[in-house]
Amino acid sequence: MPILVYAESDQGIFKKSTQELISFARAIADQMNTEVIAAVTQDPSNANLGQYGAHKVLNLEQPSLGEFNAELVADALTQAARATGSSTVIVSSSANSRYMAPLLAVSLEAGYVPNVVALPQSYTPLTVAHNVFTNKATAFTSLQSSISILGLSKNAYGVHQYDTNAAITKQEVTLTSSSVEVTSLDKASNKVMIADAEVVVSAGRGLKGPENWGMIEELAEVMGAATACSKPVSDLGWRPHSEHVGQTGKPVASNLYIAIGISGAIQHLAGINSSKVKVVINTDPEAPFFKAADYGIVGDAFEVVPDLIQKLKEFKAQNA
Amino acid sequence: MHSKIEGIIVSLYQQNNDSKNCPLPMKILVCISHVPDTTSKINFNADQTAFDTAGVQYVINPNDEFGLTRALWFKEKQGAAIHVVNVGGPETEPTLRKALAIGADEAIRINQPATDGYSVAQALAIVVQEGQYDLVIAGRESIDYNGGMVPGMVAKICGYAFVNTCIGLDIDGASVTAVREIDGGKENLKTTLPLVIGGQKGLVEESDLRIPNMRGIMQARTKPLHVKQTEHPNAMSQTLRYEKPAPKQAVTLVENAEQLINLLHQEAKVI
Ligand SMILES: Cc1cc2nc3c(=O)[nH]c(=O)nc-3n(C[C@H](O)[C@H](O)[C@H](O)COP(=O)(O)OP(=O)(O)OC[C@H]3O[C@@H](n4cnc5c(N)ncnc54)[C@H](O)[C@@H]3O)c2cc1C
Ligand SMILES: Nc1ncnc2c1ncn2[C@@H]1O[C@H](COP(=O)(O)O)[C@@H](O)[C@H]1O
Repeated sequence: MPILVYAESDQGIFKKSTQELISFARAIADQMNTEVIAAVTQDPSNANLGQYGAHKVLNLEQPSLGEFNAELVADALTQAARATGSSTVIVSSSANSRYMAPLLAVSLEAGYVPNVVALPQSYTPLTVAHNVFTNKATAFTSLQSSISILGLSKNAYGVHQYDTNAAITKQEVTLTSSSVEVTSLDKASNKVMIADAEVVVSAGRGLKGPENWGMIEELAEVMGAATACSKPVSDLGWRPHSEHVGQTGKPVASNLYIAIGISGAIQHLAGINSSKVKVVINTDPEAPFFKAADYGIVGDAFEVVPDLIQKLKEFKAQNA
Repeated sequence: MHSKIEGIIVSLYQQNNDSKNCPLPMKILVCISHVPDTTSKINFNADQTAFDTAGVQYVINPNDEFGLTRALWFKEKQGAAIHVVNVGGPETEPTLRKALAIGADEAIRINQPATDGYSVAQALAIVVQEGQYDLVIAGRESIDYNGGMVPGMVAKICGYAFVNTCIGLDIDGASVTAVREIDGGKENLKTTLPLVIGGQKGLVEESDLRIPNMRGIMQARTKPLHVKQTEHPNAMSQTLRYEKPAPKQAVTLVENAEQLINLLHQEAKVI
């Protein structure tokens, strides 16, 4: 029975997390001797999803799916899963997928495991490793339902290349109206989002005040990174709440996380420790962050960061 | 099962429509997850099959505390009855009493181990439907099992509208405006009661959170805490064992930016 992937896109662009989802599904499909169907809600004709491992693309596009609506997407995917007889549905860890997946789980009477970090340990029954206790531990969970939904953690598997030729078929779905309506959207279009970022530059109370964030933003710009902050920094109003990362803020699973003037409290580390490489810059060699980091500089942010910006610019110029 | 649930939903909607003519105070149910304090060290028993509770302090899940505080705001500003509910064993009662001490009116404990999100959601849905709540406030996720699935499942089972990662909520009669946090921004939404939200910081500010005072604690002792038995709902998943991450290698300390860039480029290969 095929594996259905909810292939999210933004204005026709399939993000890296979607590509990763498809590659992950392909590895499972190869084990189970079945195929990967990428379900899309926007025009897929400009993207070649076969190159990430999809066998087929199922186009669910229709006007009411033009803007994301969790109820309608769950409805459409329910119909797609039924029509294709899929036994597994794979979704991402984006805010939209995490909103939609529980609705889908109820309508398909499917078990749902989010934060999956590796290929299944076994296929019958389906047993997967997923992070729990805000990444302080991994659980191994078996699904007992006939349909399973897996939510893949970002950056947990990687994108793999295939040369499959995925044909696009249109799937008609019947959708009623939703009880929730979007009235307006407030989205920074030019900023790198924490959820998608490969690199996150984060700063804490060690920066002394909001007026000192210029160098943090400049460092982020040079690195193509998203900016983040510790909880007290957002509580003090130095930075917006949307930048607060940690156990009670946003989770970070980037390739590189740079913590500047952040002490490394357990609640902060819990939210960021699934980042692959962690760098700390702090004046205090006893700061707990040094125990969690891969690389560290004991030094004053006001000296180290401007130097880092300068050297990165030179590095980029040489490697361009 | 579905037809029975649909029947209940239809009657719920009718009641809600009737109540427009004679507005009753809003009935709010706040779902409270009982979780290890954020500073807890996470350990498992010898065969790694269960969480080791020795020496662990339990608290109201932080996301639920923001939700409960918003519920109190509705009660004080617009009038509302607040019930809190937990699915769990007797050990969760001190956490429910704390919610009563902060200001909830009644508590319900569904006496059942919280095994997986689906079975917890089914048990909660029974309470939601029986109590005909207008608004169900749950958290975006619990900080222990991090499922982020219970609120959406409750909404879908009960046929309620659903807003996740909710950072703003205003209610006027049956009309609702809400703000949802999305990746890289926020979205303003319009919906109607009955509604379930998955809430978080932003619903109220950190500084609005309340510490129970002596009077609240005394009152909480005599407020009702109902223990309810439901039919044991089906679990969809079972956790077999847990693992802690391997101990980390010691940090590599560098002297300056140049060395750092070299290591990030050549060794870590992240730039
Ligand atoms: C229930 C609960 C939930 C929480 N959730 C979160 C969460 O999700 N995320 C979170 O971040 N926190 C969270 N916290 C707060 C957490 O416990 C810490 O208080 C917080 O992370 C500390 O932030 P900080 O590192 O910015 O500040 P501080 O702890 O004040 O650290 C500042 C650091 O900057 C260094 N420093 C000072 N000057 C310089 C300089 N010139 N150059 C370089 N370094 C310098 C200092 O040595 C120090 O290590 C939570 C707390 C609780 C109780
Ligand atoms: N055992 C439980 N009892 C009551 N509410 C719960 C329980 N588990 C989860 N919830 C609610 O659902 C939210 C999300 O939990 P979860 O899906 O486990 O991440 C929590 O913040 C609670 O509001």
